Amino acid sequence: MSAFLRDYLLVVLFAGAAIAFAGGSLTLGRLIRPSRPTAQKYLVYESGVDPVPGAWSQSQIRYYLFALLFVMFDVEAVFIFPWAVNLEAMAVFGLVEMLIFIFILALGLVYAWRKQVLRWV
Amino acid sequence: MSPAIGLFPASGAGGLAQAATLELPQVEYSRFLPILILIGGAMAILVLAALVGGRVAEAWWTTLSVGVAAAAGIAGVWLWHDIQRHGPGTAISDALRIDGFSVWFTLVICSAVALFSLMADGYVQRERLGGPEIHVLALLSASGGLLMAYANDLLVLFLGLEILSIALYVLAGFHRRRAESGEAAMKYFVLGAFSSAIFLYGVALVYGATGTTRLDQANRTLTAMVTGNADRKLALAGMALMIVGLGFKVAAVPFHTWTPDVYQGSPSPVTGFMAAAAKAAGFAGLLRVLAFGLQPLRDDWRPAIWALAVLTLVVGSVLAIVQTDVKRMLAYSSINHAGYVLLGVYANNEDGVAGAQYYLLTYAFIVLGSFAVVSVVARRGDEATRIDDYRGLYLRKPLLAVAFTILLAAQAGVPLTTGFLAKFSVIRAATTEDDYSLGIIAMLVTAVAAFFYLRLIFVMYTAPEGVDEDHPEGEGSVAVLTRERTGMRVMPATAATIAVSVAMTVGAGLWAGPLLDFAERSRIFFSG
Repeated sequence: MSAFLRDYLLVVLFAGAAIAFAGGSLTLGRLIRPSRPTAQKYLVYESGVDPVPGAWSQSQIRYYLFALLFVMFDVEAVFIFPWAVNLEAMAVFGLVEMLIFIFILALGLVYAWRKQVLRWV
Repeated sequence: MSPAIGLFPASGAGGLAQAATLELPQVEYSRFLPILILIGGAMAILVLAALVGGRVAEAWWTTLSVGVAAAAGIAGVWLWHDIQRHGPGTAISDALRIDGFSVWFTLVICSAVALFSLMADGYVQRERLGGPEIHVLALLSASGGLLMAYANDLLVLFLGLEILSIALYVLAGFHRRRAESGEAAMKYFVLGAFSSAIFLYGVALVYGATGTTRLDQANRTLTAMVTGNADRKLALAGMALMIVGLGFKVAAVPFHTWTPDVYQGSPSPVTGFMAAAAKAAGFAGLLRVLAFGLQPLRDDWRPAIWALAVLTLVVGSVLAIVQTDVKRMLAYSSINHAGYVLLGVYANNEDGVAGAQYYLLTYAFIVLGSFAVVSVVARRGDEATRIDDYRGLYLRKPLLAVAFTILLAAQAGVPLTTGFLAKFSVIRAATTEDDYSLGIIAMLVTAVAAFFYLRLIFVMYTAPEGVDEDHPEGEGSVAVLTRERTGMRVMPATAATIAVSVAMTVGAGLWAGPLLDFAERSRIFFSG
């Protein structure tokens, strides 16, 4: 086996140990424990109160704005990470370039702010 | 120090030591000034809108937008003079190529944005969608289109494609209250994302085959591969995928299926912008890739383009005949026109490229004027776009009908208009002594296509039922036909758009020399 694959042997063994541990304890429990099912035992747990049927609720579409802004600024962060690693090599040119990038996205934030998108209502 | 560096001590120390020298690219900002103007102008308008707040007259945003587009156009003209003095050049470490081809498309796309802004002015006021956003999106989309025309690198081309497309997806769905607009945006986005991904996969395969994404280096590498008869399967597969991706953008058959639905659902000015600027940018990209980057593979892509051109011409014209909605009909007609430009691509000589460029510029003016008329006739709500809604247009708005007649006739290729000269240039370029099949097919299709243009013209001069043509204010139809109640108001800016389009179409059709010469002189990228 090549050295490349040997590095992954540790990962395989670790995964095998995890599966064995979890699967083994669950299996052992199922073998050992008594099985005397009653109807009350199969009720949905709701902190001791009687469970209310119909757990579906409708999420509000207005939260899309937060998702939108999050994605944009998250991608901005993703672009900043490799820049930060290499900043020493890029000196002033790299700094100015990234500042321009952040400035453009900050303009977007200003626009979103003035459009009252950031209000929590 | 952060724990990450502690975990990888060997690579960390080595990495820091190696990163000491980084070669910074040569950025000649003046060479791609039009792109910078468009982007900077768009951002400035957006920030201005955010800071000003409150209700500002739409005319301000329109004026600013047209001003930015005009400034970018003037920068293009200045670039042209610069190229005349110093020859074509590159920018950003050869990522962009600045030559006559780039300048031509700068003028096409900047004029398209300026005319679009004028058209959109009246539209957003009528539909109560006001604000600068429509102009900002169009300017940003145009900057992406320019980037495609300036591209010397496949990744820059992809970047331009995405900038162009993503702004267009939003523009297609700009009419918030119309479900058709949202549907058009959804369809355009899904299909556009797929085609961009396919294009990118083609770029990856060509990179695998040639070892570079730069178009000039790919050209050299492929020339060596062809003369050495090396295995080109990877490059051919990449080429095929790139043709698919760009074929979607220019609405070539069989990648055209999005066009009728998206053109019909989008707001009418946006459809005009799509047909003018997005198509021009798509063809700029296609020409850069095929005629420049993959030129050594011409014996492989020319038959494919032949087939695409024939399919596009025939399907576009035949399916337009059966349409009852004018926007869908113009969508299929725009597919048909893309077929003609593909003739110019097929010709693969300087006349062909010059013909394609000329066609795209003249078509941009014609189609923007046509969709300006469509947006006026569609009335509030952008709904009245069936052919029956144009019946009797001459009786109600004679100038509008005459303008639309001229523009439709130009699309059909009637002489004394630029439409004729455009079709003539591409067909002449694609027809040689031994290879005239495509030219014959194109000419036959012109006759077929003339039908639906002439039908619409005819309908405009036909009175609606129950109305006497000589006495349109007769009993029963007064409310429909008196000018104040037609519901069609031609805003001044829209009138300006239509006037400029008609003037350009007829003017450059009669006084053809300057524009044709400019088209020929700006195809110097072959020798650059």
